[in-house]
Amino acid sequence: MASGRAVVGENNRSTAIVPIRIPAEDPEALEDPRLSDVDEWGRSERTRAVVRALYDPIYSRWFRTEWDGLEKIPTEGGALLVANHAGAIPSDAPVIMHGIEKELERPVYGLADYFFRTIPVVGTLWARAGGVSARPANAYRLLREQNQLALVFPEGTKGPSKSYTDRYQLRRFGRGGFVEIAMRAGVPVVPIAVVGSEEAMPVVFRLPSVARALGVPYAPITANLLTMGPLGIVMPFPAKFKLRVLDPISFDVPADRDRYSKSRIMDESEGIRNQLQDAVYDMLRDRRSIWFG
Amino acid sequence: MATRVLVTGADTFWGGRMVQALESDPGIDVILGMGTRAPSVPFERAEFVRADQHYSIMSRIVKATQVDTILHTFMITNSATVPRRVMHEINVIGTMNLLAAAGAAGSPVRHIVVKSSTLVYGSAASDPNTFTEDTPRTSPVKNAVERALIEAEGFVRDFSEDNPGTKVTVLRFANVLGNHLSTPISRNLSRLVCPAIFGFDPLFQFVEEDDVVRALVHVTMGGIPGLYNVAGEGRLPWSEVASICGTRLVPVSPYSLLNIRPMARLFDLPPELEDLLRYGRGVDTRRLAATGFTYNTTSAGAVRTFIRALRLRRQSGRQPMSYTYEHDVEQFFRHSPSVMSAGEA
Repeated sequence: MASGRAVVGENNRSTAIVPIRIPAEDPEALEDPRLSDVDEWGRSERTRAVVRALYDPIYSRWFRTEWDGLEKIPTEGGALLVANHAGAIPSDAPVIMHGIEKELERPVYGLADYFFRTIPVVGTLWARAGGVSARPANAYRLLREQNQLALVFPEGTKGPSKSYTDRYQLRRFGRGGFVEIAMRAGVPVVPIAVVGSEEAMPVVFRLPSVARALGVPYAPITANLLTMGPLGIVMPFPAKFKLRVLDPISFDVPADRDRYSKSRIMDESEGIRNQLQDAVYDMLRDRRSIWFG
Repeated sequence: MATRVLVTGADTFWGGRMVQALESDPGIDVILGMGTRAPSVPFERAEFVRADQHYSIMSRIVKATQVDTILHTFMITNSATVPRRVMHEINVIGTMNLLAAAGAAGSPVRHIVVKSSTLVYGSAASDPNTFTEDTPRTSPVKNAVERALIEAEGFVRDFSEDNPGTKVTVLRFANVLGNHLSTPISRNLSRLVCPAIFGFDPLFQFVEEDDVVRALVHVTMGGIPGLYNVAGEGRLPWSEVASICGTRLVPVSPYSLLNIRPMARLFDLPPELEDLLRYGRGVDTRRLAATGFTYNTTSAGAVRTFIRALRLRRQSGRQPMSYTYEHDVEQFFRHSPSVMSAGEA
């Protein structure tokens, strides 16, 4: 069959040539006239580079971040990074993402509640900087199909919303969904214990009625807000950040199952939570000063 | 293998293109175009039947012509084109009657191809990044066109369960851009200013017009059953779409529908686009690719094809009147004993 046919006038646009089974062009050679480098997750490496340049002084001068065991993070293949989560606006997520991208030169996609997407400007910037909404399907696609690193905080908003009196007491790890996703994707879980995030922006008390009125997960009054005024909304205290990467945990189960044993998932989830909690306690035992480590 | 094909909506853009595409395949003996108005493009050998929009004469036509394949292109996926009630008639009642005719006892129909839309997935913050054909939608149905398409697809699913002997194909197309088609998105992109919701820059996936026709031909001629997403490779943010088209984005307030409603009228934004302009939509297209279909154009390529055609239209003079369907003339060429070869007028 030829590539098509002309009907009536050659220059008649509305009835122009209708292609039928044109031999498809080489899919590799398809022209793709893109202008930006935004990927399917909304992440842009150019934006990431700007964010890295802006965040690096905070990472290395303000928080003076120190890593222990960074070599345990796989340099290739998918892995699910799991960490404890704290501070009203948690600094642990940008610190981990920045640190791994800086030291290992691997992109990290940060999974967070889809609530972020609903906030104008913030949602867009969050996506451009590597944020992805924490849907199981998204995590699976990142880990299994694209062999990426994904960072997740299984405590969810229960971590950052807890008050300073509960500092370094890890909350419940959701329903263990992160274990199930790692099993299905066939990737290891790499726990990362973080110390310093609690003191960077401590929650003094919470205003549940304000949170309800604004439709946000929690509305904290932070020590930063009380001491620095409006600047305290975004400005963390210069607590010393220390991170310890624990041994990767691989689950000896076949990938791509529809279901996995719920009891196994809960056991593994609880086990990882205990490991992280122990590591945090251990790091706190060695910490002499909040500000100098 | 399709040899006698009935195309619904032959008077519409897609139906007309499908009839023309099928006409050039000598393997197809009979092509029957059905439509509510006169066709807007000339058919070479296809017969045209005028019918009302909910196909009350469908079963008679199917019985009389013994078609083995029905290509159901007459689905409204753009609520701006027709009033709500009419859209319901066309999408829901039309599909229902079509399936009833195709499923009647002794029906000759062996394959039904339905043109649907990725609108059935909706668009919401809680959506996964990529919808596969089996991913359920995460948000409640908010507008009439999505509701009608979901309902119509439901009838198709029921039909497919009740009639295991008949192949059923549903293609869900992403937003289409191309040389000719006019949609709310293409109209907005062709203006000097184009609306964007302040603070949101959603990712869009497009499919090029010709790839739509090619995909429908591919499943029809290949007799490929199943449910498939059809969308070009890659996704691009709305801001990038606007800059490829050279239009300037005007931010609209993201809060309160009171702000959006008058804007919607001003900017020609049907309700199904409001959420899309916030959250976008991405679909997985690997299932159709696995059947051997390859695209000629990526998402960004579709945007460029559209804007290049638009630039040509802007810069060249008015085209001569395309075609007027005249029933008697068409009948003469097809059936008069004096005509030696059909269509060679």
